Amino acid sequence: MVAMNILETKGLTKTYGGLKANTDIDFKLTRGKVTALIGPNGAGKSTFVGMVSGRTEATRGSVLFEGEDISHLPAHRRIQLGLAYTFQITSVFRGLSVYENVELAAGRTLADRPSLLKAKVNSVLERVGISDRSNQISGDLSYGHQRILEIAMGLAQDPKLFILDEPTQGLAETEVDAFISLIRSLAGETTILLIEHNMKVVMATADFITVLDQGMVLAEGSPEEIHENAAVQSAYLGTNVDA
Amino acid sequence: MTSSAKSNLLHFGMLAGLVILFFILPIYHVGVLSRVMVMAIYAMGFNLLFGYTGLLSLGHAMFFAAGMYGFGLAIKFGGFPVPAAFVVGLMSAALLALVVGLLALRTAGVAFMIVTLMFAQTAYLVVLYFGKYTRGDEGFILQQAERSLFGLDLTSETGRYFTAFTLFAVCFIALAKLVQTPFGKRLVAIRENEERARMLGYDAGRYKLYALIVSGTVSGLAGVSYALLFGYIGATFSTVQYSIFPLLWVLLGGAGTTIGPFIGVLFMFYLIDISSGYTNAYMLIAGVVLVLLTVFAPKGIAGTLKARAFPWLP
Repeated sequence: MVAMNILETKGLTKTYGGLKANTDIDFKLTRGKVTALIGPNGAGKSTFVGMVSGRTEATRGSVLFEGEDISHLPAHRRIQLGLAYTFQITSVFRGLSVYENVELAAGRTLADRPSLLKAKVNSVLERVGISDRSNQISGDLSYGHQRILEIAMGLAQDPKLFILDEPTQGLAETEVDAFISLIRSLAGETTILLIEHNMKVVMATADFITVLDQGMVLAEGSPEEIHENAAVQSAYLGTNVDA
Repeated sequence: MTSSAKSNLLHFGMLAGLVILFFILPIYHVGVLSRVMVMAIYAMGFNLLFGYTGLLSLGHAMFFAAGMYGFGLAIKFGGFPVPAAFVVGLMSAALLALVVGLLALRTAGVAFMIVTLMFAQTAYLVVLYFGKYTRGDEGFILQQAERSLFGLDLTSETGRYFTAFTLFAVCFIALAKLVQTPFGKRLVAIRENEERARMLGYDAGRYKLYALIVSGTVSGLAGVSYALLFGYIGATFSTVQYSIFPLLWVLLGGAGTTIGPFIGVLFMFYLIDISSGYTNAYMLIAGVVLVLLTVFAPKGIAGTLKARAFPWLP
């Protein structure tokens, strides 16, 4: 039986010294859907996905991926299980070409099948619209294109769960629109966990929204429900709605 | 012509050139080239770790020495035939690299440099401590009879040159192929961005360990080759100086290029050879040239050629 929730966290907590970055986060991610994780700066969003992807060690709590406890697996083992992660701060192989970057991403599983690998790389580059730059050194690309390359590297792994940490940060308006349609086109293909500040992107792509505030889950629900939620408004606007 | 066809042509052209040079060069330069090819093996081993994987070891002399002593002591005290002693030398270096790797790779960056330096210093002191067998700084000689390989006379310039050439060519081609494999590309990925490589699902620690083992073994092969061809085994080869040499050669020739290590060794040798013909202060001239090269061609000779003129350069 395939678990309905591809990812589940139970009581996930991270403390830095006395500072609580995440407190007892119970979170469920529905398979095949786009879930957005939002919250004000410092709400603990990146810490949370860091613990899910294995970059950050959890102080306590557990992470279940497809029903299996992965809390103690190192990051690379989690990625091998079908989790892909794009960095908040662009992180590509700057000295290598666009093609080589995507080849490395797809090559973990396809390296011993060169013709499949090549087809995969080309189709991913085509899909995100940077195939005309495949020979360019990625460090020379514009910031926007580097972000797109990051997404391409995630897609190239055919992930079961794709975690995008603020993918549209610093993108131009037209690039954001292109990103929205890319995410929409992925709906049903993979499960997406999107950390995003841009509410336009969130409202246009997310099936579900989870709001974090001060390291705790403040609200969960459909975009409409979140939109109407008084607690969320107060967290974002810094005012007490009742007052 | 594709860039891989071009690099094949370059590699085999260079090897063909080395064969031709034997017949046209005066005997002195033939001797020089034999030595340069052996040291280029050492530089290539270092380059795999430094140039491709991005790990700067300051203790590679221990691997060179492990090969050299593994080979020499197996002959001197074990009475091993040359091919078996050859294998002992390689195994010694590989084993040492495994042990050092498991410990030193827990560190990174500057700490890794210091830890490898310390291990190499320990290796040097071990050689001195067992001076009864190793003859310490003075070293020992392997007689011609003790190191004839398949009936070849390795004291003749011809035998020596072509043995050095064969060993060099095998390493050169094998390493050039290795860095083109998925394994080699993943090493480059780790050099470029280790965190990203890990977050693509690659076990960076394991890849670095493998790279260190291959690098140490190739460096050990250079030590074996030196003992085999020149018949001398001494503690000098495990001093810190011999850990710095491959770094200089690779930086000069071009880190992370296939031909860089050979170019670096060749350049450095003739730089000292020629300048010492003019003045006793030859190290001053060598130093100035090295400074100029680092200022104007920080990527080394092959690296600069690659960046400026020949982007296909492997």
